[in-house]
Amino acid sequence: METTNRSRNTILTVALSALAILYLIPLFLVLMNSFKGRFFISDAPFALPDSKTWVGLQNYISGIAKTGLPLAFGYSLFITVFSVAAIVFFTSMTAWCITRVRSRVSSAFYYLLVFSMIVPFQMVMFTMSKVANVLHLDNPVGIIVLYLGFGAGLSVFIFSGFIKSIPLEIEEAATIDGCNPIQTFFLVVFPILRPIYITVSILNTMWIWNDYLLPYLVIGSNYRTIPIAVQYLQGGYGSKDMGAMMAMLVLAIIPIVIFYLFSQKYIIEGVVAGAIKG
Amino acid sequence: MPKRYYAFFTLPTAIAFAISFVIPFIFGIYLSFTKFTTVTDSEWVGFQNYVRAFADDRNFINAGIFTIKFAVVSVILINVMAFTLAYLLTRKIQGRNILRTVFFMPNLIGGIVLGYVWLLLINGILVNFGVDITYDPRYGFWGLVVVTNWQMAGYMMVIYIAAILAIPTEILEAAKIDGANAWQALSRITIPLMMPAFTICTFLTVSNSFKLFDQNLSLTAGAPGRQTAMLALDIFYTFYGQNGYEGVGQAKAVMFFLFVSAVVLLQLRVTRSRETEI
Repeated sequence: METTNRSRNTILTVALSALAILYLIPLFLVLMNSFKGRFFISDAPFALPDSKTWVGLQNYISGIAKTGLPLAFGYSLFITVFSVAAIVFFTSMTAWCITRVRSRVSSAFYYLLVFSMIVPFQMVMFTMSKVANVLHLDNPVGIIVLYLGFGAGLSVFIFSGFIKSIPLEIEEAATIDGCNPIQTFFLVVFPILRPIYITVSILNTMWIWNDYLLPYLVIGSNYRTIPIAVQYLQGGYGSKDMGAMMAMLVLAIIPIVIFYLFSQKYIIEGVVAGAIKG
Repeated sequence: MPKRYYAFFTLPTAIAFAISFVIPFIFGIYLSFTKFTTVTDSEWVGFQNYVRAFADDRNFINAGIFTIKFAVVSVILINVMAFTLAYLLTRKIQGRNILRTVFFMPNLIGGIVLGYVWLLLINGILVNFGVDITYDPRYGFWGLVVVTNWQMAGYMMVIYIAAILAIPTEILEAAKIDGANAWQALSRITIPLMMPAFTICTFLTVSNSFKLFDQNLSLTAGAPGRQTAMLALDIFYTFYGQNGYEGVGQAKAVMFFLFVSAVVLLQLRVTRSRETEI
């Protein structure tokens, strides 16, 4: 019994490892082709680079020149970091308030936020970009307000789910000790919510970093984030530079992989916690 | 909490939410009944846009059929694959943490980048037959299925793994003592106790599949013609690619929203009713 189990597990390990390699092949293929000349990619993507097709870092240089990727990286980083910070800061406060204050207005607000999660972005994309335009939110700072609004649904939902499980006595004790609600929140509730801050931050980072349509419509003509820069390379018909495309894909993926390898534990915990509360 | 504190806690989120969601949403419903190009020139036309969405061309209907087919196929495949991986990776297998890491990773890469990564691989295979992904809508369909599977299966796997690990081992041991084999333990105990995870995973896959946009744009851009454009992409093209169709685009967006909401609510009702408590 034991030995059959063990040999079965060995077969499973081999099969799953093969699948894992298969999973990674598309990424290696892109990496390999990023070192090949632009005309040697589409016709023979599976061929290893040789002395004829090898171009070193030329694709990276021309790709960066065409897309301004370092600047796009800067915009993506700026928008993601500050939007996520704004989201976790403001929505946790909101979630606490509307969970603790039981009134018709607060529950209406809560359900409106939850409702916004199901609504497809296409429903509001046109009117939202007009509103953003009128209010001068069409720049990397203004877009933070939009992300706060769109991220509020899921984030308040997750925070509320967790706040409900915090015993009310803790907060009442703080009030008796002379804390006003602001002090109670920042000195008592905030530290308890710490793991949920990580969850909400991760879910929002994954969304905002990769988001394409919202920044494309609102700031895309003046400021390119990474997805916009990659899509921009697709460009007009016939002019597509496959070499530059491969190099930019590699550069777009590398930061994500590094970030993932360092914060894997939090990311996976965040996904699970977010799903359970959701 | 004294009332004067409400504003402090909720106002920043409420304002951002109003700007990015509530106002554009209401405004969007209004515009779907008007003819407009720049918003300020909107003119009431009743249900004309809704009629034109179906009467002027077959794009919307085709996109709807394509989206439903895609959603059905990918929701089933993603969940079957994710559950299988989760089930196997909760057994005593060597290197299972590395395997989990690999299977989850594609999820962090954004849809635009993923689409181009796979375009290289898919076209690289098809070039041997002298065609590319835009040759036949079926290629685009299965291409999209593969890409979303590759992206989302790992995410769902992580949720299923957490659910499997949350099942008390005593129950499974008791079943084993009572003579249950592996299949009976899985189908009578593990799966019924995991229903909440199935609810959340089908919710996520259903809503992501229906709302899919980025991968669709980068992998096929709707080609050939608009035959592989899903609803979200069709609406985008109607707004920004067809002059004089802004109102029709908004009407399509309203119908898309109603459709997605109906599907999601139905799905939640069906899977929730199957959940059991220990």
